[in-house]
Amino acid sequence: MKNFNGKVLFLDRDDINTDEIIPAKYLTEISKEALKPYLLEDLKLEGFNLKDIEDASVVITRGNFGCGSSREHAPWAFEVNGINLVIAESFARIFRQNMFNCGMMAVSLEKDKMDMVFDEFSKEKDVYIETDFENKKFTIRAGSKKKDILFSISEFDSKLVKSGGWLDFADKNY
Amino acid sequence: MGKTIAEKIFDAHLVDTPEKGINVLRLDSVFCHEITTPVAINDLEKKGKDRVFDPDKIKVVIDHVTPAKDSKTALQGKILRDWAKRNKIKDFFDIGRNGVCHAIFPEQGFVRPGSTIIMGDSHTCTHGAFGAFAAGVGTTDLEVGILKGVCAFKYPETIKIQVDGDLREGVFAKDLILHIIGKIGVNGATDKVIEFTGSVISKMNMEERMTLCNMAIEAGGTSGICYPDDKTVDYLWKFIESEFASKEDALKEYSKWISDDDADYAEIIKIDASEVVPVATFGFKPDQVKPVSEFENVKVDQIYIGSCTNGRLSDLEVAAKVLEGKRISDDVRGIVSPATPEIFRQALEKGIIKIFMDAGFCVTNPTCGACLGMSNGVLADGEVCASTTNRNFNGRMGKGGMVHLMSPATAAQTAIKGYIDNSPLFKG
Repeated sequence: MKNFNGKVLFLDRDDINTDEIIPAKYLTEISKEALKPYLLEDLKLEGFNLKDIEDASVVITRGNFGCGSSREHAPWAFEVNGINLVIAESFARIFRQNMFNCGMMAVSLEKDKMDMVFDEFSKEKDVYIETDFENKKFTIRAGSKKKDILFSISEFDSKLVKSGGWLDFADKNY
Repeated sequence: MGKTIAEKIFDAHLVDTPEKGINVLRLDSVFCHEITTPVAINDLEKKGKDRVFDPDKIKVVIDHVTPAKDSKTALQGKILRDWAKRNKIKDFFDIGRNGVCHAIFPEQGFVRPGSTIIMGDSHTCTHGAFGAFAAGVGTTDLEVGILKGVCAFKYPETIKIQVDGDLREGVFAKDLILHIIGKIGVNGATDKVIEFTGSVISKMNMEERMTLCNMAIEAGGTSGICYPDDKTVDYLWKFIESEFASKEDALKEYSKWISDDDADYAEIIKIDASEVVPVATFGFKPDQVKPVSEFENVKVDQIYIGSCTNGRLSDLEVAAKVLEGKRISDDVRGIVSPATPEIFRQALEKGIIKIFMDAGFCVTNPTCGACLGMSNGVLADGEVCASTTNRNFNGRMGKGGMVHLMSPATAAQTAIKGYIDNSPLFKG
């Protein structure tokens, strides 16, 4: 299983699309590693600094994350930057599927939980998430402040995360 | 309880249910292009699985950057070309025969009612115009599709959009779909299929239905879908003639891919077609839509007519009707890209290309290039483009550029004026 723990990068906006995550001009790359410097290059978001990506391992964002193009380069660009977990209010279908297909996680939480996370943690300096995959629980922490958040993903998605993605799963089963 | 067309297609293609509500489907076609497929090819090779489930069911085109613009895009083309050859894929459309994937594959008769299709391209939903379940997927889904001929989806919920009445003169399929997206929002159909029905859809030709279904993804939809009917049969007839005794027989067979009257819908939205006017987008999201008449002196630098949304013959015909005998403004650059070589050829024969050239347009080869800012018409920082494409995201056609989505008629008139304006085809 991939790493789902670490420092949080908050992206406080709805409808962040895959062109913003990785612009099309970089789709001429045929290695995932080559995408690393360009993650979120075109993101329009007040207060967001490209340097914030460097030590982030988890992204927490709002609604309809990953809409637009089907490019799996979007999850790959996160993956090669050490980000394997995106938590959002909702996801576009293809992006969400691409994440689990790569053995990564795109977890949606109810609006009240997301509002709580943003209200209580997004202004803090260093926020960390720890993921208890077996018990489907995130622990979010900033200094002495700490909250446990239960999440759910489907059994099928769980299997994809455990088996490292859809290719290995499909190859074994079909 | 009856079934929707999408449910019927799912049930007919079911391979496995790894969890309640998740269906692994058998695929009738896997479409490939040079941007999202090479990574899958390299990965399969690396894993010692360089094979395909059925070379006749895989259709391949180089369309995003063609001719290659640099060494990287040349390599993407080469990987695809070599792979198609060694895996004996016959239907490979290389330069000279290549066009925008969602225009050329239907034109070749590859899309049939009741079939399942995936492609590593979000606008794959276009093919639902033929009564197929067609979904855009990422590279891993594509890779599994190539290798195993299957793909997993949630059992589909459907939103039915019923458009009745008559579209006003000078209002087009593009205006209707932008109107619909404006109404339901960019995530209004996430994880759902959008079914387009009603008398307006029945009257539409296949090209117009493709324009509608093409943009289902801009509302988050997994696939757009129209019922197959006599127009579907007429369009496909030259490809299916040997399979059926008559068009009536074909229609009878295809009619099993129509939703039952008592099918269950997530939502039913009724639209009175007479309320729809020519519209364009104004922001960085496809649901930011307003009537063209409300744009006041919005100047543009470039006009782009083409793409999988609006690069077909009827689109070029409408634009030519507006452009005939006129010159585009000295302050704009006009670019038109017929979506396939066949469309290009017909546009030549009908004198449409001449009208574009006389008006001052640059006519490029068929390619997706400009629509996603990869080639053939990339914008500079601060520039504005009036475009018949499908996405107005920030930076989509070039970093710092602004895109206004609209119909070919509005785009042609905008080219003449230099600012966004209603075409004279719309009588108000």
